[in-house]
Amino acid sequence: MERAARSRPAHLRPGRDRDRVFVRVLGATAALAAAAGACGGGRPPPPPAGPPVLAPAAAGALRSPDDFLAIADPAARSRALFLEISRVLTHPRCVNCHPADDSPRQGDDALRHDPPVARGPDGRGVPGLHCGSCHQDRNLDHARVPGAPDWHLAPATMAWLGVEPAAICLQLKDPARTGGKGLPAIAHHLEHDPLVAWGFAPGADRAAPPGSPAAVAALARAWIETGAHCPPPTATPAGGAP
Amino acid sequence: MTISLHVNGQAHDLDADPDMPLLWALRDLLGLTGTRYGCGEAHCGACTVHLDGRAVRACVTPLGRAAGRRVLTIEGLSPDGRHPLQAAWVELAVPQCGFCQAGQIMCAAALLAANPRPSDAEIDRSLAGNLCRCGTYTRIRAAVKKAAGTGGGP
Ligand code: FES
Ligand code: FES
Repeated sequence: MERAARSRPAHLRPGRDRDRVFVRVLGATAALAAAAGACGGGRPPPPPAGPPVLAPAAAGALRSPDDFLAIADPAARSRALFLEISRVLTHPRCVNCHPADDSPRQGDDALRHDPPVARGPDGRGVPGLHCGSCHQDRNLDHARVPGAPDWHLAPATMAWLGVEPAAICLQLKDPARTGGKGLPAIAHHLEHDPLVAWGFAPGADRAAPPGSPAAVAALARAWIETGAHCPPPTATPAGGAP
Repeated sequence: MTISLHVNGQAHDLDADPDMPLLWALRDLLGLTGTRYGCGEAHCGACTVHLDGRAVRACVTPLGRAAGRRVLTIEGLSPDGRHPLQAAWVELAVPQCGFCQAGQIMCAAALLAANPRPSDAEIDRSLAGNLCRCGTYTRIRAAVKKAAGTGGGP
């Protein structure tokens, strides 16, 4: 269930810090490019290009793939697209059901599930205490029990809880860890899985990730079309109201 | 709306809201008060019954989900109260106040049906969500093992 709140790791917090980090990463890239130009001889180096200015994300929204066209290099655009997608993938509504261990999490602070439940052999609990013992196919407001069809955990190989965006990216590209799912299947999961749909409309006072299933799937397809490049290990998403 | 239920082998047609918790229908409409109301929000396990052989918490199971399916409550676990778990419960004098025990037994029965010889860790995992405010946990585990034939002497 989804009940409590605690602050997220600093590198995953939305807002100003993220803006700064993103600008730093892109700024470093621009500085390198400028330095390379300076070694090229002859002509004076062009004035240092600033980082592409991305349209700010509206509150509760994701940037669209078109917002990233300002980044001319497809590989750099791909990396930036993935960072935008990671605003969803690292959100508590998503990571709570993507743990590496046997316990789902709840709330905004990754508290262990209460009552104490176990993953079980298929991610659906153990005899006597299956996910479906309590979770229905829809939210139960009278008991504050969240629900959606086939409530269950993602396999432990697909753990996102506490994982950096770059590492999530590498994991998504590794069929050994996605149960053989290719990238198009992952875009499909984001757009059509009822549990993902629940995450974007979790009900009660639960925070939702930015965007919608369609919006994050559009970004995923654009990421795939630009080569599905992964961001550098320390990169975090550009800011935007969550 | 009429909802057809099969409870403990008997058919019932209930004129009720499909969103009514199954627990209310069992206790208030059918008079089966062995299933307890503890927390009402899936936290304690006192209301555990079986739906098609699987344990569910009746306080959060909409009546509509049970329509046309087999519901088993503590009253129907055995015709004479001599299910191996009930016998072990009596022999080891498991209950203190007793309030949680119907839920404990129904959860344990679902475990043994799926896994007839569970380890201690498996018992603990399956029953972890069934709270006992009297603290009878060690006797509960011993009785489950006794019923499974894997230990649990007094
Ligand atoms: S009364 Fe149903 S779990 Fe507590
Ligand atoms: S025996 Fe009293 S609550 Fe369990």
